[in-house]
Amino acid sequence: MNTSVLRPAAPRSPAPTRDPAWLARVFWTGAALVLLWPLAVATEFRPWTLLEAQNLKVTRQFLSGFWPPAIEPEFVGMLAREAWRTVAIATAGMTLALLLAIPMTLMATSVLSVSALSGRMARLPFWGRQVLRWTLIVLRSVPELVWALVFVRVVGLGPTAGVLAIALTYAGMLGKVYGEILESGEPHATQTLLRNGSSRLQAFFYGLMPQNAAELTSYTVYRWECAIRSSVVLGFVGAGGLGQQMDNSMKMFKGDEVLSILIVFVALVALADRVSAGLRKALG
Amino acid sequence: MKLDLQGLAARHPAARASAAPALQPLTLQVAAGEQVAVIGPSGAGKTTLLHALACALPPAAGALQLDGQSPWALPRRRLQRLRGRLFLAPQVPPLPPRQRVVTAVLAGRLPALGLWASLRSLVYPHDIAGAHRALEQFDLADKLFERVDRLSGGERQRVGLSRALLSPAQLWLVDEPLSALDPTRARQALETLVGEARDRGVTLVATLHQVEMALRHFPRVIGLRDGALAFDLPAAQVTRERLERLYAQHEHELVGAAPAGPAATALPEPAAPAVMHCR
Repeated sequence: MNTSVLRPAAPRSPAPTRDPAWLARVFWTGAALVLLWPLAVATEFRPWTLLEAQNLKVTRQFLSGFWPPAIEPEFVGMLAREAWRTVAIATAGMTLALLLAIPMTLMATSVLSVSALSGRMARLPFWGRQVLRWTLIVLRSVPELVWALVFVRVVGLGPTAGVLAIALTYAGMLGKVYGEILESGEPHATQTLLRNGSSRLQAFFYGLMPQNAAELTSYTVYRWECAIRSSVVLGFVGAGGLGQQMDNSMKMFKGDEVLSILIVFVALVALADRVSAGLRKALG
Repeated sequence: MKLDLQGLAARHPAARASAAPALQPLTLQVAAGEQVAVIGPSGAGKTTLLHALACALPPAAGALQLDGQSPWALPRRRLQRLRGRLFLAPQVPPLPPRQRVVTAVLAGRLPALGLWASLRSLVYPHDIAGAHRALEQFDLADKLFERVDRLSGGERQRVGLSRALLSPAQLWLVDEPLSALDPTRARQALETLVGEARDRGVTLVATLHQVEMALRHFPRVIGLRDGALAFDLPAAQVTRERLERLYAQHEHELVGAAPAGPAATALPEPAAPAVMHCR
C-alpha cells in the first residue's frame, strides 16, 4: 500500500491559533448575566433573610407544631382511603390525557411527515402541524387550578372536576414532550420504513415506538407522579382526595395531621419512582 | 421495474445550492430484471445515485422515469404507493435496537400489509416460517428471536438485507451490502441477493467497494467518478486499466476489500441506559 497517500510527511496547512467559538460563547454568557440581573432585583431575591435569628425562631416555632405526626388508627384509615382516591383521580386524569395527547402527537410530529422525506415539508402539512401545536400550547398554558374552578361550576364539587382539569392540561404537556422525544430520537429506522412505502402508523409502530419506548414510558410515569401532586392542589378547590384533607387540617392548624399527609405523599412519589425505574429496565 | 435516467443530476440534501451537484447529469437505462453493480471511489456519488433512484432525493436537473412513470410528477399519495414497489437498503442497517429480529425482518413486508394486519403481526409475528427462510439464506436462522442490539455489526447488516427477500418490491437498491462482512459471508450474501433477484425478475442496483466481487457476480458494471459516468459495460469487458483509471488517486480502495475492522468481530456491547432529560 502506498503510505504517502495516507499519511502526509508534513502538515499541509498551519494549525489554527484560536478557538472560533470562544468569542460567541463569551458574548452570550455575558448577555445572559446582564438579562438575569434585573430579574433577580425584580423578584427581591434575598435568600439570606431566611437565616436571620428572628426568622429562624419563627420557623422553628412553626415547624414544632408539626411533630409528632398524627397516627391515630381512624385518621390513618381515612388517609389511606383519601390517598386511594387521589391516585384514582390522577390515574383517570392521565388516561384521559393520553387518549387526547397520542393522536395529537402523531399528527403534529414532523418525523412522520411524508412530504419531508424529499426535502422541505409541503405547505398544507406544515400549517396543519402548526395549528395542532398551538392547540397544545393553549391546553397547557391555562393552569389546572383555573380549569378546575371552571369545571367545578359545571359539574359541581367532587373528583370529576379534578379529573377533567388534569386531563386537559396534561394532554397539552404530554403532546408537546412526546413530539419532542420522537423528533430527538434516532430517525434512521423510521425514515427507511417510510422511504420503502409503509404508511405513517406502520412506521410509528415498527420504527418510532421500539426506538423511543423507554423515554416515552419514563416521561409518562413522571407525569403521573406530577398528576398526583396536581390532584392534591386541586383538592383545595373541592375536588376531594388528600388535597381536601390537607386544606381542612391546615385551616384547623393541626400540623401533626399535615405531616402525616405529607409522609403519605412522599411514599406515593417514591412508589412512582420505583415503578418508573422498573419499567425502564424492562423496556430498555 | 424499468429505470430510465435522462441527464439526471442530484444534490446532496445538506449541500449548499451553489455547490456542484454530487451527481452530474447522468443518462442511463436499466431494463426490468437486470442486475447492475455501481463501483467507484469514495465521494463518487454512488449513494446519491441510489437515493435519487429511490425517490428520496428530488432531481436538481434532468428526469427520472420508473416503469415509464415520472415519480415527481405524481401526487404525494401515489408517490408513496410507488415507494412501496421499491426497496432501499441503506448502508447503516435501519433496525431499532430493542426490536426482535423476527419483527425487524417482517417489517420488510409492511407496504403489502394493511394497518390491522401489521398491528396483529406486532403482537404475534404473522409469518415466522417466512422470516426463518429469509434469514436462512444469510445463515442467520438461529437468531430469529434475538434482539437486534445483541447482534454484531455484520449480523445486523445481513438482517437488513434479508428484509429484501420479504418485501413486495420490484426494484432493490442496496447500498454497500458487504461493508461489515468477512469474505465468506460476503460471497454468500451477494450470491443470495443476485440469485433471488434473478429468480424473481427483480431489478437490482447495488453499490460496492469490493470490485472483484462485483465483477464476479454482476453481469453489468457501472463506474462512477466525481459524480460522472466513467463506464457502463458488461463485467467481462471491464479491464484492469479501466479500473485503475477509475480509482486513480484512490488506489488504497482498489486493493481488495478493507480487512474487517474491530467493529465487525467485536462482542455486542450491553444496551446503553436510556437517558432521561429534565423537562
